[in-house]
Parts: sequence; structure tokens; C-alpha cells
Amino acid sequence: MITTQGLTKKYGSQTVLNIEHLEIPKGQSFGLVGNNGAGKTTYFSLLLDLIQPTTGQIVNNNVQVDANEDWKPFTASFIDESFLIGYLTPEEYFYFIGELRGQNKADVNALLANFEDFFHGEILGQRKYLRDLSKGNQKKVGIVASFIGNPQVIILDEPFANLDPTTQIRLKAIIKDMAAQKEVTVLVSSHDLMHVTEVCERIVVLNKGEVVRDIQTSAETLRELESYFAGNLQTAEDE
Amino acid sequence: MFKHFVNLQWKSFFRSSNFGKGLALKIIVGFFAVYMMVSFTVLGIGLYFILQKTYPDTDPMLIVSGYLLYWVLFELFFRYFMQKLPVMDIKPLLLYPITKSKITHYILARSGLSGYNFLALFIAVPFSVVLLSQGYPALQVMGWLFAIVCIILTINYTNFIINKSDTVLWLLGTLILALYGLEYFNVFPVKEVVGQWFFNLYRHPILVLAPLLLAIGTYAVNYNFLIKKLYLDASLKKKSVKVETSDLTWTKRFGDIAPFLQLDLKLIWRNKRTKMQVFISLAMVFYGLFFYNMDSYGETSTIYLFVGIFMTGIFLSNFGQFIPAWDSEYYGMMMSQNIPLRKYLESKAGLISVSIAVMFLLSIPYVYFGWKALALNFACALYNLGVNVPVILFFGSFNKKRIDLTKSAVGNMQGTSATQFLVILPLMVLPSVLYFTLKTFVSFEVALITLSALGIMGFAFRKNLLDKITEAYRKRKYTMIAGFKEQNG
Repeated sequence: MITTQGLTKKYGSQTVLNIEHLEIPKGQSFGLVGNNGAGKTTYFSLLLDLIQPTTGQIVNNNVQVDANEDWKPFTASFIDESFLIGYLTPEEYFYFIGELRGQNKADVNALLANFEDFFHGEILGQRKYLRDLSKGNQKKVGIVASFIGNPQVIILDEPFANLDPTTQIRLKAIIKDMAAQKEVTVLVSSHDLMHVTEVCERIVVLNKGEVVRDIQTSAETLRELESYFAGNLQTAEDE
Repeated sequence: MFKHFVNLQWKSFFRSSNFGKGLALKIIVGFFAVYMMVSFTVLGIGLYFILQKTYPDTDPMLIVSGYLLYWVLFELFFRYFMQKLPVMDIKPLLLYPITKSKITHYILARSGLSGYNFLALFIAVPFSVVLLSQGYPALQVMGWLFAIVCIILTINYTNFIINKSDTVLWLLGTLILALYGLEYFNVFPVKEVVGQWFFNLYRHPILVLAPLLLAIGTYAVNYNFLIKKLYLDASLKKKSVKVETSDLTWTKRFGDIAPFLQLDLKLIWRNKRTKMQVFISLAMVFYGLFFYNMDSYGETSTIYLFVGIFMTGIFLSNFGQFIPAWDSEYYGMMMSQNIPLRKYLESKAGLISVSIAVMFLLSIPYVYFGWKALALNFACALYNLGVNVPVILFFGSFNKKRIDLTKSAVGNMQGTSATQFLVILPLMVLPSVLYFTLKTFVSFEVALITLSALGIMGFAFRKNLLDKITEAYRKRKYTMIAGFKEQNG
């Protein structure tokens, strides 16, 4: 589904991302972990053509993302609050996104009905602008909006951060559910190793812009990741 | 303790990430400020002599007194938009061992030194000096000046009591119009009656106690109000407004630009700065009156063309110059969503075109000044529609400065860069030069026909032009996204 080839991103002389080859098959739930500055958000931004690659390319479902915009109809994402329109109500925002993705109000309402639990009565019908919602609730809106219009690729940057425990558990269930159907490719980044190992079939560890681990999730994965990051700590202390 | 506060204030000014950036802009703003100060001072000095010359039989002081009520109301009206109690800055101070009463006094005292309070003084002080030099008694003049200072402070603190209430704003607006109406239609001599009160302030310096008590009173009200509300969930919280959603389904008839049109309408209506642009634009229809009322220009002067371009294109330039920066907060989303850039731009062009049509319709009464005025405005509207719309959209592709929609409306220079000044050239100067040349060397009619023809041609080739503009936006996409991300840019 998504093929990354010889991708680098440099700012001046500093290389922030350098991925030789990365293949994400269709329907995979893919997790990206790494410390701050590892290049997670940079990779997602490249995937969405928000920044320009220095070399190489990403091909999303046979569309090279920085050359052609045809990947947009089947790709949905939520990176951060800047993906929300502050002066709209959640409903208006959902309908707007729906409109962009060829869904009418009824379609959107039908989808939203599935997320009543997730919203916990704090999103819909509140008569509040998005800019006045709490960070956690804003995040919920952004995440659910990325599900509108049956996208084939969903990109979520740090979806678990700022969410309350109940919502984290619900979100994990939602992502697992999608992964089980093998229709949607879900890309998730996180700092929380436990969450990613729980929902992702495959986990890639980035460090200073390079892929350092590529793991098919198993019972051992969490411990493996923990020891990797703890070891990182160790070497950092040694230096 | 106050020293610390002042010190903090100082640092926050010089260390703000804005400081040092955009020096050219600062110079222009500074220049403007100096210009305002100088013109106010000149007005203050000249006022006495102007009034003396115009109304030789009346004491200029009495005339000035007559207008003071209007001044007070106008100041209150405009301060509603401009001034805000800087309560947010004190949030961090709450955690430290500083008494709440000190913090409250600090905020209120600081607002007393706000720049808005000095504006009127730039007129009042030189005016008083002139009065003294004209042999008015010093005690009375000083008393009057002191009264003015007290009134200014009263306005200052009343503004915070009003606290951004829209109702009061409408009330003020209606009051001003009503008073003026009473005066104009000779129902009630407002200026004379109220002027007498203010004149008494001057005649009997002891009455100065009244404005002084008012100033102290409003300060006290503010103090009592604030000190009780110095909690995170009370006055320090940003207000969230209950949303009135409106049904915009009528936009559906515009086809596939409908979602963007809806978004733009909400953008304009729900954010202060954009809403303000609408009001300014509507008010600017009166701009022409300044010029048409003066006979010195002659019927076909180039100044009228400039006025025409300006009036019909005010929304075009005010709103258009910041496209697409209005959407900067979520530009990344717009660019990764399933959005055809072309439709996005078409919607903006459509909106601006409607504004031009509306402004032209509003300017029709200028036909009172002769059919040439109407013809001029019509040609200007056509030119704006066909030529200036694509021009402003094209220049928009050079925008890369973020606009924070939640920030206040007045004096907000966010998003301004050299582009905004450069765009004036093709927008207003070019048609003026063209008109002037054709009118001088050929004829008025040919000049108008040429401008109209240019407009119609631009309109005919709109599709091609928009294609080119879309391409320009596409090319600068990454620069824009990166630029719009920068806070305080």
C-alpha cells in the first residue's frame, strides 16, 4: 500500500529522516515509536505532502504523494490541533469533512452514531466552538473526523496523548477493530509503548531519523521495546 | 513590589518573539503613530484659532464643550473594539506570595497608563496651552484639563465594566445616532445643553470633583469586581461563547464551492477581526463624501477614480490581501484533505465578487453628484471584478505569515508583510495612472470604457487566470505551510 524509497529529509546539514526502504502492506496496523526528534512527525508530514522530501519518495497506493494529489481521496489523517477549524462546532466540522469526502449529512450522522460511547456526551450538541473544547475533546473530534468517508489509509500522530484512560481504551478497541477487518491501513505513532504494542501488528522504531527496529508484534514485543529504550538510556549515560 | 511588575512588563515587551522581527513593519507602524501624535497636537494647537475664526461670536471653549459628550461616547464605542483588560498576563502571578489586592491594583493602574488614554491628551494639552497663551485664567484651564484627564480615566474604567457586552455597544451606537438626529432635526439642542454642563466644569473648577469622583468610583467598581474574580475559572478564563448555528443550505445552489463558501462565511462572521472588516467595508461607502463634497477637484478628477476603486474594492483589499492566511491555523489540514485548491480559490473569488457588487449597489446614491460619479464607480467595480480579484488572489500566494483568528481586531498587524504594501501598487495605483493618462490625453469616456473593458476581459478569462493562480499556490504550498505554522510570525 505505502512504499517508501530512499527517503531523506534534511534541514541544512542536519538529516532528520533517512529511510532506505519501508513497505507497509494494505490492511496492516502499523506503529511508529521513537523518542522526541526521532522523525515520527516528519515522516507523517512527508506522507501527507506537508513538507518536501530532500530525496526519495513515498508512493501511496501507486500514487507518488509529492507529484500527484490523487492520494487525498483515500487518505485521512489527524496530526495535531492545527487540523481542526477552531470557529466551527464539532458537528459543523464533521459535516465539512464529510462534504470534502463526498458524504452527506445522513452518512456522517450514521458514522457518528457509532462513536457515541467514544464521545462520552461531551462533543455533540454542546453548542461550543472547537477552539473552546478541552485538548482531549479536540483530539477526539480530530480522530473521529479522520474516519469519515471510508478512507483506506488513516494516519494518526500521537492519538493516545491527552486522552483520558477510558477513551484510550475505547480508541484502542476502535483501532483493533479496524485492523481486524484488514481493509484499512492504520498508521499510528506513540510514545506509549504499551498502547502501540497492543494495537499494532507491526512496530517500527525510529531513532534520529533512521529505522533501528522493525518488529512483528508478539508477546515479547513490549519487553523488547522496553529494553531497547532502556538500553538507549544506558548508552546515553555512558556517552 | 510594583517595581517587579514593571520590570516584568518591560521584559515581556522586549523579549517577545515578535520583537526585532519585521523591522520595516515596525517602522511603518511607528511612523503612523508619530503621524497621529503630530496631527493630534497640530489639531490641538489649531483648534482654538479655527473655532475662533468660524464662530467669531462664541467662546471657543463653549463650542468644544458642546462636542465633549460625543467624544466620550465615541471613545467608549471605539474602545470596545480596541481595549481589553490585560488579565491573562497575571495568571502566573497568582501562585506567588503577592496579595491579590496588589495584583488587582497593578492591572488597573497599568490599564490607566494604556496608550489609548494619551490619545485625547495630545489634543487637550496643546489646546490648554493655547488657552493659557490667550489669557484664559490658569486655574480654570488647569482645572478643565484635570477634568479631562479624569473623564479619560472614567472612560477607561467604564470600558472594563461594559466588558465587551454587545448590547452596550449597540446602545452606544444608537445613542450617538439618536443624539445626532435630535440635534440635526432641531428637536433638542443636545450640544447646547450638554455643552453647558461641560462648560461649567471650566467655569467652576470646584466642579472638577465630579469627574474625579467618577474616575475613582469606576476604579473602585472595577477593583471590587476583579478582586473577587481573581480565580482561574472566573475572569481569567477565556470566555467561550454559546454558538448560534445558522443554516447555510442556501449556499448549496453555488454547486461544489458550497462547502468552502459556508466555511468562509462562518470564518468571517465568527471571528472578530474578519467581522470587523465587514463593518469597516460597509462604513467605507461614505468615504467618497469627503471628496465629492469638495468642489476643488472637478468632476472627473483622478481622485474620484481612486475613491471608486477604494469604495467598491474595500472588502477586496481588506479581506483579500490576507488570503489564504485567514485559514493559516488549519492550512496543513486543508492541504492534506481532499480539497481541490481550485475550488477553494473560486469560493474566495466568489465571495469577494459579491462584496464588490454590494459595495457598488450601496454607492449608487453618489449619482446625486452627477451621472459621471455613477459611471466612474461602475467602471471601478468592473475593473475590481475582472482585474483586481485575480491580482489580489495571486499576491495571496506570497502570504506566509500566520494569522491568529482569536486575537483582537484592531491594531492587529498579524499576517502583514511587504506583500500587503506591494499589492497596493497594481490594485489602486495602476488603474489611477491608466485613467489619468487616458483622461488627460484622450477623454473621460475613453478612460472609463478602457477600464471597464479591462474588467470585462479579466472576467472573461477568469478561468485561465484562476488556473495560473492555482498553480502559483501549489508551487508555494510548502513555504506557506511552514510559514503558517510559525507562531507570532
